[in-house]
Amino acid sequence: MLGEVSRRQFLKGAGASVAGSAMGALGFMGVEEAVAASIRPFKLANTTETRNTCPYCSVGCGIIMYSESSKADGKRKIMHIEGDVDHPTNRGTLCPKGAALLDFVNAPTRTKYPMHRAPGAKEFKRVSWEFALDRIAQLMKEDRDRNFVAKNKDGVTVNRWTTTGFLAASATTNETAFATYKVVRSAGMLVFDNQARV
Amino acid sequence: MTNSWTDIKNTDLVLIMGGNAAEAHPCGFKWVTEAKANRGAKLIVVDPRFTRSASVADFYAPIRQGTDIAFLLGVINYCLQNGKIQKDYVANYTNASLVVKEGYSYKDGLFSGYDESKRDYDRSTWDYEIGPDGYAVTDTTLQHPRCVFNLLKEHVAQYTPEFVERICGTPKDKFLTVAKMVSETSAPDKVMTSMYALGWTQHSKGSQNIRGMAMLQLLLGNMGLAGGGMNALRGHSNIQGLTDVGLMSNLLPGYLTLPSEKETSLAPYMQTRLFKPLRPDQTSFWQNYKKFFVSFQKAMYGPAATAENDWAFDYLPKLDVTYDVLRAFDLMDQGKMTGYFCQGFNPLLSFPDRGKVTRALSKLKWLVTMDPLETETSRFWENHGKYNEVDSASIQTEVFQLPSTCFAEDEGSLTNSSRWLQWHWPGADAPGEAKSDVWIMAQLWKRLKTAYQKDGGAFPDPIVNLVWNYKNPDDPQPDEIAREVNGYVLADVPDPTDSSKMLLQKGKQVPAFAALRDDGTTACGCWIYSGSFTEAGNMMARRDNKDPGDMGAYLNWAFAWPANRRVLYNRASANLEGQPWDPSRKLIAWDGSKWAGNDIPDIAPTAKPGTVMPFIMNQEGVGKLWVRAGMRDGPFPVHYEPFESPINNPVNPKIKGNPVARVFKEDLARMAENGSKEFPYAATSYRLTEHFHYWTKHVQVNAVLQPEFFVEISEQLAAEKGIKPGGWVKVSSKRGQVEAKAVVTKRIKPLTCDGKTVHVVGIPIHWGFMGAAKKGFGPNSLTPFVGDANIETPEFKAFLVNVEPIPGPVA
Ligand code: SF4
Repeated sequence: MLGEVSRRQFLKGAGASVAGSAMGALGFMGVEEAVAASIRPFKLANTTETRNTCPYCSVGCGIIMYSESSKADGKRKIMHIEGDVDHPTNRGTLCPKGAALLDFVNAPTRTKYPMHRAPGAKEFKRVSWEFALDRIAQLMKEDRDRNFVAKNKDGVTVNRWTTTGFLAASATTNETAFATYKVVRSAGMLVFDNQARV
Repeated sequence: MTNSWTDIKNTDLVLIMGGNAAEAHPCGFKWVTEAKANRGAKLIVVDPRFTRSASVADFYAPIRQGTDIAFLLGVINYCLQNGKIQKDYVANYTNASLVVKEGYSYKDGLFSGYDESKRDYDRSTWDYEIGPDGYAVTDTTLQHPRCVFNLLKEHVAQYTPEFVERICGTPKDKFLTVAKMVSETSAPDKVMTSMYALGWTQHSKGSQNIRGMAMLQLLLGNMGLAGGGMNALRGHSNIQGLTDVGLMSNLLPGYLTLPSEKETSLAPYMQTRLFKPLRPDQTSFWQNYKKFFVSFQKAMYGPAATAENDWAFDYLPKLDVTYDVLRAFDLMDQGKMTGYFCQGFNPLLSFPDRGKVTRALSKLKWLVTMDPLETETSRFWENHGKYNEVDSASIQTEVFQLPSTCFAEDEGSLTNSSRWLQWHWPGADAPGEAKSDVWIMAQLWKRLKTAYQKDGGAFPDPIVNLVWNYKNPDDPQPDEIAREVNGYVLADVPDPTDSSKMLLQKGKQVPAFAALRDDGTTACGCWIYSGSFTEAGNMMARRDNKDPGDMGAYLNWAFAWPANRRVLYNRASANLEGQPWDPSRKLIAWDGSKWAGNDIPDIAPTAKPGTVMPFIMNQEGVGKLWVRAGMRDGPFPVHYEPFESPINNPVNPKIKGNPVARVFKEDLARMAENGSKEFPYAATSYRLTEHFHYWTKHVQVNAVLQPEFFVEISEQLAAEKGIKPGGWVKVSSKRGQVEAKAVVTKRIKPLTCDGKTVHVVGIPIHWGFMGAAKKGFGPNSLTPFVGDANIETPEFKAFLVNVEPIPGPVA
C-alpha cells in the first residue's frame, strides 16, 4: 500500500503535518505516524531555491542556492550551492572555486560588525553603524572643504577633490556600481578606480 | 569579449596566449573542448609555462614572458610574406588602403615625434592624408608606399622567425608551426578565436599586446565572425560591469570621458568629441556622443542640469592628470592624500611593490574598507610577524572596517565576459550587522547632503542636487537603480512625422539607446546598458535558454550589451554583398531589404551592403590596422622589453622598457638593470585553479586544496642552485623578498634568448595573513611600480628576481 504513494508525497507527508496529509485521509493514520517519527525530514524539501551567479571569475556560471531559516536567529542561511543545469554557459558544472562557494558565504572570517581602529591602536574595536557613518561623513566633509579645488591656477573652474580617493570593487552589482558612481563623482572625486587594472 | 563563451564552440582554431583558461576560467574552457570534440577544432597554447591549457593543446610553444608583440608581429610578417590574409576582408573592412600623411616615420623602436625628456610623443604625424573632399585618401590598389598596408609590411619585416626566436626564446620550428596553423584561418570559411587575459594586460605595453592580436585577426578576416574575435577572458565576475559603468578616474558611464581642465566649457568639450566620419557614408556611431552625455547628466542632476548651464558641465570634476591607482598610491606615499575607501578591494596584496603600499597607507589620516571578508588591507597596521612586519603604534591612520553583504545576500546584475548582464537574487540574510554597499553609499551621501545643506562648504551644488528618487532614500532598491541605468523619459516628445502621436512618453522607460536625446528630455545612467530594463520589464532577469539557430547566441537569456547583441561587428561575418563567408555559421545576412539572422545586426538594419562598412564605431567605418594617435606608444606595436629584463632590447638596446610608460623617479631607482647579475631570473605571477585571488584563502575547501604559498622553478634551475623539491627558498627582487617552498617541475623550462639562458620563475598570487589558508606572501612584495603606457595596468607578469635555497623553518 505504501508503495503506491509517490516518493514526493511520502516525503512531504513525513516532513509536514500528518493529519492533513493524503495518507491521513485514506485512513493510514497509525502507520504514517510511525513512519514519520522514524525518518529525518528531507532537508531540501524545506529549503528555498534561489538563482544566482558565481561571484568569482567572469565566466559568470549559474548557480542554485538552497537556503533555510536558522533556528537560532531566524535568519535565512544558505545550506547548499550547486551549478545551474539550465545555464547555457556552465550547464550545471562548477570549477573547484565555484563548487566550494558555500564555505565562502559562511566563512568564519566574514565581516559582521562595523569596526574601528584608532590611530596607533593595536586592535579593532566594535562600533555602531551610527558612529562609523557619522564619523566617516564628517572626515570626508572636513577634507573636502579644506582641499577642494574650485579653480586651477589659470582661473579655470575645475571643481575637483583629489585628496580623498575611492577604489571600487570588482564583484559588486552594476546597480551598486552606479549608486557608488553617483555618490563619488558628485562629490568631485577624481582618485577613483576599480580592479580592472589589476 | 567581442564574442561569448558559448560562441567558442563555433571555432576552427583556438589560440590561448596571455591566459590560461583551463585553470583560470574552467567552466568557460569547456567550450574549447566542445569545439575540439564536435568540429575538430585545434588548440594552440603559447605560454612560458606548460599549463593545464597546454596539456590538452594540439600544439604548445614556449615563450619568454613580455615578448608577445615580437611573436605576434612575427606571425603577421609570416602571413604577409606568404599571402595568407583574407584579401577581400582586408581590402574592404580594414584601413589597409588608407594613406598616411607625409612626415610619419619609424626607426629603431621609435616613431616620429618622440621627446625623450617628456617620455612622450607629439603624435601629429600619425594621421591620414586628408583629401580635398575632407575624407581620408585611399588607394584601393594598395600600391601607395604610404598606405597602411605597405607601412605595416615594412614595419613587421624585421620580425623574422630568427628574430622572434632571439627575442622570445621560442625555437624557430615551433614558431613556424604556430604561424602556419594560424595563417590557415585566412581562408574565408576558417576562423580562429583569440583567448587572452592578464598574461597580456599586465605589462608596460599590455594594450599593444592586444592590438597585435587584433591586427592579426583583422588580416585573417576573423573579427565579427562566429567562432572568431578578440576574447578578453576578464578576471573578476563584474569587472566588465564596473568598467562599463565607468568607475575609473577619467570615465563617465558607457565609455564617455571626463573633461580635462583644458576643456573649459561644453563647447570645447564637444569639439573634440564630434567623431566626424573619415570616409563617405560611414556611421561613426560616436557622433551620438552628446545624446548619451546629456542623458547621463540628466540622470545625475535632473532639473539642475539645463541647456542654460551647459547641462551642469561645471558639476563634473576636470582632470589635470589621470588618477589611476599607481598615481593614487604614489600621492599617498608623498603624504598628499587624506582619506581612502576600499570597496571590495585589497590593495595591500593587489598593488605592486607592497613595501610602498604599506608606507602609503600608513600616511593616510583615515582609511575605510567595505568588504564581506576580513582583508589584509583593513589590517595593514596589525603586526603579523614576518607576514606583516609593521609597528602598529607608529601608524597613525584611523581605520574603519565596514561589513558588507556578499553575492548570496544581494540582488542585481553582474556583467560577465560575454557582456551578458545576468540578474541574480538573494537567498540569505546578511550575517551580523552587515549591510549592502548601496545602503552604505546612501547613508554617506545622506549625511554629506544634510551637512552641506545645514553648514554649507565647498561647492555643495552637485551633492545637494544629486537625483535620488528612491522610494526609501535610505535604502535604494536594485531594480530602482537598474531602471535609472537603462534610462527613462523626462518629458513627452511628439512624433515629428505625425503630431497626433508621441515618440516618447514622459515617465516611461526608454526602449533602447537609439531613443536617447540631447535636449534634456531623456535621462540615462549608462547608455550602453539601455534596453536592459524597459517597459517590457527586467531583460537581465530573462532565463530562456533556447538557441534556435544553434549558434550559441541565447538571445533570450539575460541581456547582452549593446542592444542585446551577442557578437560585436557581426556585419563583418558577411561578405561585401551581405552573404555569410560561411553559410553554415551564419550570424546575419542581407535578405534584399534588411539585415537579419541569428544575432542582432551590428549595423543599421536597412543599411545596404557595400556602402556602410562593418566597424560602425570607427570614424573610418573599417577595422584599424593602424590607429592614428589613439595609442600613446605608437600607431603600430613595437617589441619593448619589460622594465626589468634579462636581456637588452634587440630592437634597440638603448631603450629600457616602454619608452613612453610613466615611471616615477623613486620607482625607477628601485628597478634592476637589464641583464642584472644580482637578480638574474625572469619571474612571472600566475593563478591557480583552486584559488580565486585573495578570497578563497578564506574558504576552508580551497585552503585545504592549496594550503600554502610556493614558487615554481625548473629542474635545471633547481639543480644549478642546489634546491630540492619542497625545499625552502628566498626569492628577492630590488624591492623586497619572500620565503616559499620550491615546487620543482617540468612545466617550466629554461629558454635561450639573445644567446643567453633565461630561467623562468613562477609565483602564484593567493596568500596573505588572513583567512583559513596558511599565512604566506605574494608576488606583489617583489613587483615593480610601473604600468602600461596607455592604461596603467601594473607590470605583474615580467620582472627580475634572485632565488636562493634557505634552511626551512624549524618544525
Ligand atoms: S564556477 Fe569557476 S569557472 Fe564558473 S564562474 Fe565560478 S570561478 Fe568561474
